Amino acid sequence: MEQHNHRPDGKEVLLAHGSGGRSMHQLVDGLIVPALANPLLDRMEDQATLEINGLRLGFTTDSFVVDPIFFPGGDIGALAVNGTVNDLAMGGARPLYLSLSFILEEGLALAELERILASIRAAAAISGVQIVTGDTKVVHRGSADKVFINTAGVGLMTDGTRISAAGAQVGDRILLSGSLGDHGMAIMSRREGFEFEAAIESDTAGLWPLVDAMLAAAPGAVHAMRDPTRGGLASCLNEIAQRSGVGMRLQEAAIPVHEPVRGACEMLGLDPLYVANEGKLMAVVQPEHAERVLAAVRTHPLGREAQLVGTVVEDTRHLVVMETAFGGSRIVDLLAGDPLPRIC
Amino acid sequence: MKYMDEFRDPALAQRLVREIRSLVRAPVRIMEICGGHTAVIFKYGIHKMVPPEIEYIHGPGCPVCVSPREKVDLAIQLAWQDDVIFTTFADMIRVPGSRSSLAREQARGADVRMVYSSLDALEIARRNPHRPVVFFAIGFETTAPTNAMAVLLAREQGLTNFSIVSNHVTVPPAIRAILDAPEVRLDAFIAPGHVSLVTGSRIYRFIAEEYGKPVVISGFEPLDLLQATAMVLRQQREGRATVENQYRRAVSEMGNLKAQAAVDTVFETSDMTWRGLGMIPGSGLKVRPAFAAHDAERRFALQPPAPSRDPKACECGDILRGLKAPWDCRVFGTACTPEKPLGACMVSSEGACAAYYHYGRHWPATG
Amino acid sequence: MCLAIPARVVTLDGAMATVEVAGVTRTASTHLLDGVRVGDYLLIHAGFALSRLDEAEAQETLRLLEQMGELEVGALG
Repeated sequence: MEQHNHRPDGKEVLLAHGSGGRSMHQLVDGLIVPALANPLLDRMEDQATLEINGLRLGFTTDSFVVDPIFFPGGDIGALAVNGTVNDLAMGGARPLYLSLSFILEEGLALAELERILASIRAAAAISGVQIVTGDTKVVHRGSADKVFINTAGVGLMTDGTRISAAGAQVGDRILLSGSLGDHGMAIMSRREGFEFEAAIESDTAGLWPLVDAMLAAAPGAVHAMRDPTRGGLASCLNEIAQRSGVGMRLQEAAIPVHEPVRGACEMLGLDPLYVANEGKLMAVVQPEHAERVLAAVRTHPLGREAQLVGTVVEDTRHLVVMETAFGGSRIVDLLAGDPLPRIC
Repeated sequence: MKYMDEFRDPALAQRLVREIRSLVRAPVRIMEICGGHTAVIFKYGIHKMVPPEIEYIHGPGCPVCVSPREKVDLAIQLAWQDDVIFTTFADMIRVPGSRSSLAREQARGADVRMVYSSLDALEIARRNPHRPVVFFAIGFETTAPTNAMAVLLAREQGLTNFSIVSNHVTVPPAIRAILDAPEVRLDAFIAPGHVSLVTGSRIYRFIAEEYGKPVVISGFEPLDLLQATAMVLRQQREGRATVENQYRRAVSEMGNLKAQAAVDTVFETSDMTWRGLGMIPGSGLKVRPAFAAHDAERRFALQPPAPSRDPKACECGDILRGLKAPWDCRVFGTACTPEKPLGACMVSSEGACAAYYHYGRHWPATG
Repeated sequence: MCLAIPARVVTLDGAMATVEVAGVTRTASTHLLDGVRVGDYLLIHAGFALSRLDEAEAQETLRLLEQMGELEVGALG
């Protein structure tokens, strides 16, 4: 099994360390986790399951540093609420309460802060969560990118669920709740140096209703689940393959990608499999119940385009292999850092 | 997506594969010169669709890969000059020089910005008239005209704060160097379709006429590569060695004369050291004296960084010449990985070693 | 090397064009190409148009591919 337990090389933290690929694993698995090690942390799920006096809680934390802070389809506020809600949901916990901390850059327009707060309020209302505590700090101009948001979230674990990145089993089916690449390309469309115009909006959304429906449709059938954020679907699949000790086989033709996202990716030389999503989930589901769970996902507006996109297989190399729509096949590897546009 | 989807049709792919199967006789080694072709072959699994007698050898057509380390060192020096905004294609930002990369220097506070086009760099120059803006002008014959145009527009629009670092290489001298090497094990060439948009098909004639190897210019969709492969096999079978154009919808014999003229106005040929291949006379481009005001190397009059060599363990030279495959290299995948590249072939995702690492390090078992 | 994408010219403003791929639009320079018209398909590399795509040639290439594998039955093996 590929280990990422090597310390990162070099003397400094690099942007690549935050991008969700191999470099980030080196920083987290090789440096941070060993320093803090304990059995709960070592499981390295998106959220921790705590047992307190018989009550099973999900607990998670996240930070949001996106630039630009306003983008087609959303802003950093919506991202913060939905991202935290989803971390809990991916573990099978009903999201209930959030904390919210702001690090504000001196000079940020109050009008912008108000817009973000309105977004937060709206996103929290849609997901049925309450923001119950928080903190605010202001730093000198230049020390933060306008706004950094940190959150923590608490939720109630659903009985009978044991969802874990290590839970995928040979024969399981892989479910994807909708189209890839919308969020990442919405951000890219506003990025200095790469701007373009397209009908692409961030898909940022709270996914608990989807998860709730899935768990109700077939209790215990979901073995692993993640939201493919930074690093895209490819990173999620590789992480689960490695932690579960299995391989995966995907069908490219089954993976939904909206036309403008395809066009934008072609133009910039990017692969939708590696582009971030903020309102999608992938789940590894027991084969006998896969169709049922898929049907449950499709009943919800956020899951209308859901598909079964692959299968878990036996593979000692833990490879994710995709059959291309063209008729060939290729390995879908874990990348080192954020995919960058290219001209070559 | 017009002109893309039609050339990715799986049914037509199967026809081509059958055609290729019927044509292949003996093992054949085809060098596809361009990193973009390498990427397409792996992305679509073409190397596994064709019969095993066909071996694709990945040539040196990756301008990122073959940039000498000292060019990156120079770029870093320029990025730290007073007030400079250093602009670059994203392709170069993580490439290591002898000690650091533009990405690392950006992390340390240098104003390094990624752009999609030299026009974006010009726009940055326009918005920041009091700051010098330097553009890392890399590429083969495809990109050189666009970089030349940026210089011409800067002059026309009075953007005196704009200058470029020229890091251009040309294809024919590199192919000649490979064919002149003592050991050559190549039967044919698949030529880069997008270089050919600019140069036209005529620049490859010497490969057929002087060295007797078939050449087929190919587009970048998977059907293009399969069709080009079939055309190579057909030439072989019929005992011919000529330049054929598979990419007829875009490439002509003479190429884009306006683009060629722009390059000729701004640049002149120079000797260039290719990482992995060494010095190849007349294979580079440098800014002509008439445009010195927009040549960063002249404007900033820096001490040129010392040339540095790749570690002895690096076997890129043999790999770029098609004498070895990436997994023949002792350090492939161990001491040399995309995160810590030792040599040219691993630094860019278009490099042979990087492509093999991502798509095929478990080959031939699965990759 | 050389990523160049086929894109359709939507508008022209002097030497700058707005080009479109799958509904995505961006500006591109036509400084290196003469006689560009709205509706043309151009190959765009690093923000510049380098060549025009020839529809007839494209159709001819596809037609050739479609006919492949039909003839030459006797030449197999």
